[in-house]
Amino acid sequence: MNLSLEVSAVETAIQAESLVKTYPKGVTALDGLSFAVAPGSVFALLGPNGAGKSTAVKILTTLTTPDAGHATVAGIDVLAQPDAVRRTIGVVAQGSGVDIQATGRENLRLQGQIHGIRGRALEERAQELLERFGLADAADRVARGYSGGMQRRLDIAMALVHDPAVLFLDEPTTGLDPEVRADMWSEIGVLARERGKTVLLTTHYLEEADQLAERVAIVDRGQVVAEGTPDALKRELRGDAIHVDLERESNGRVTSALAALDAVRDVTVEGRVLRARADDGGRAVPLVLQALEAGGVAVSSVRVARPSLDDVYLKYTGRTFDAAEAESDHS
Amino acid sequence: MTLIRHTLYMTLRHLRELWRQPWFVAVTLVQPVIWLLLFGALFKRVIEIPGFHSHSYIAFLAPGVVVMTAMFNAAWSGMALIDDLNRGVTARFLVSPVRREALIAGRILKEGVVVLIQSLIIVALALIDGASFPGGVGGVAVLFAVSALLGSTFGALSNGFALIMRQEEALIGATQFILLPLTFLSSTFLAANLIPRWMQHVADFNPVNWAVVAGRTATSASPDWGLAASRAGFLAVLLMVCLAFATNAFRSYQRSV
Repeated sequence: MNLSLEVSAVETAIQAESLVKTYPKGVTALDGLSFAVAPGSVFALLGPNGAGKSTAVKILTTLTTPDAGHATVAGIDVLAQPDAVRRTIGVVAQGSGVDIQATGRENLRLQGQIHGIRGRALEERAQELLERFGLADAADRVARGYSGGMQRRLDIAMALVHDPAVLFLDEPTTGLDPEVRADMWSEIGVLARERGKTVLLTTHYLEEADQLAERVAIVDRGQVVAEGTPDALKRELRGDAIHVDLERESNGRVTSALAALDAVRDVTVEGRVLRARADDGGRAVPLVLQALEAGGVAVSSVRVARPSLDDVYLKYTGRTFDAAEAESDHS
Repeated sequence: MTLIRHTLYMTLRHLRELWRQPWFVAVTLVQPVIWLLLFGALFKRVIEIPGFHSHSYIAFLAPGVVVMTAMFNAAWSGMALIDDLNRGVTARFLVSPVRREALIAGRILKEGVVVLIQSLIIVALALIDGASFPGGVGGVAVLFAVSALLGSTFGALSNGFALIMRQEEALIGATQFILLPLTFLSSTFLAANLIPRWMQHVADFNPVNWAVVAGRTATSASPDWGLAASRAGFLAVLLMVCLAFATNAFRSYQRSV
């Protein structure tokens, strides 16, 4: 009997193929967007406002339909079986989805009921989530009085009531104070480590994608322009900058010590400062220090500066992230 | 089964909102009380017009005010839906397995409860004001039933338009445009045989008039049950059409997001 389940075991938790969506006024939101997310991973769609990230989430969560293209979530076709997809997913949309006239507990209860959870199991699940998201004290207060951070936490708790296999977080930290955002990041980090859960995150914060996601797809004008791990994307740039402060000036010895090292290039020494570039700064630094020590050069400090996703964005789209944001604000 | 259960959950959600703002029912009663008591007193002697055939204007007017109140309040049902649309509450429901019919039916059933409370108060006020309803409790129950049917119909229409228009201003405009003309193109205030002939013809196709006619005959001394049943039947069919319209309007909303 289990055979059919085995056969249908999915290799991708989310698959978007050539999604196209044009809104009535002729605005093209998606222009052939494709990406795939492995089960149990955190994947970020990164791009400025208006790049098409939210539209992609709306299609994948069955809120709207594409003009063309194909998509599956947990192996289920979003167009052919939207109800089956809805039972599998948890969604935290860009705005809040909290009913502010109901209490936190009532919001959670209703979500659970919709997903067929009832009785004791429902009460226990609601209480568990309220405690986990620091809402136990406010549980029976009407959500209208919640702070922005509390509403956001309730939003996430509501999306988790039925323990969905795939979780969508559309701009989960937009509009939150920096402190609250940091809290939210650690919460999302915990979610991501939960057994088997796949998380699709959209964000226009470079740091957020960098910090939370295992893989990032950079979205620009409705298409994925680059995809990979944050580190891999950054590695495609010229590499990391390594910056070593030396105890004393020792030009000749430094150059000979590093000459044989493949991990670094563009080595320059000015006074007591050594600069070099490496494809992978983290891996190169121990080698550099080892070589210098073997060559008898004393080191006082070392720094690695990594290229940011900002640099990556610039490389693939030809404009800086801030410029793209400003552009979408005007349109 | 799922549909019934989801409808129950949604109805309870809306009734809970009402429970937390009970003064809202009181506010909605201001207008009908003015119609019933002030308008009723103002036109008290209108029954003396030859051909009016009624023993008291309050007793004549009360079923009309009950019907009108049901329509006037349920017709604003869509405003709360627009609020839900703006807050992302509806979108959250639409990506969950909840049945779309339940999202509409829950609102309609809540309006039904409000209509019932308002109707009871209006009938009680009319009785205090000296009106009598020879049709008895059964007649009043039929009046409440047709009012609930009419209220539900307008509630469904309002929700359908809310999903299509998605703007409070547009919905307010459309609602205002519809309500008063429908009220005046009926026998709510004056016996049918005394209103202009063209208005009588229009009234025959006016759902407000169906409810008024059915409610009035049911509460009268010699009810015409055939008339009441046919008008209730028309209202039930119209309600089904409007419910289908409102449920389908989710598609229009989903295309726009």
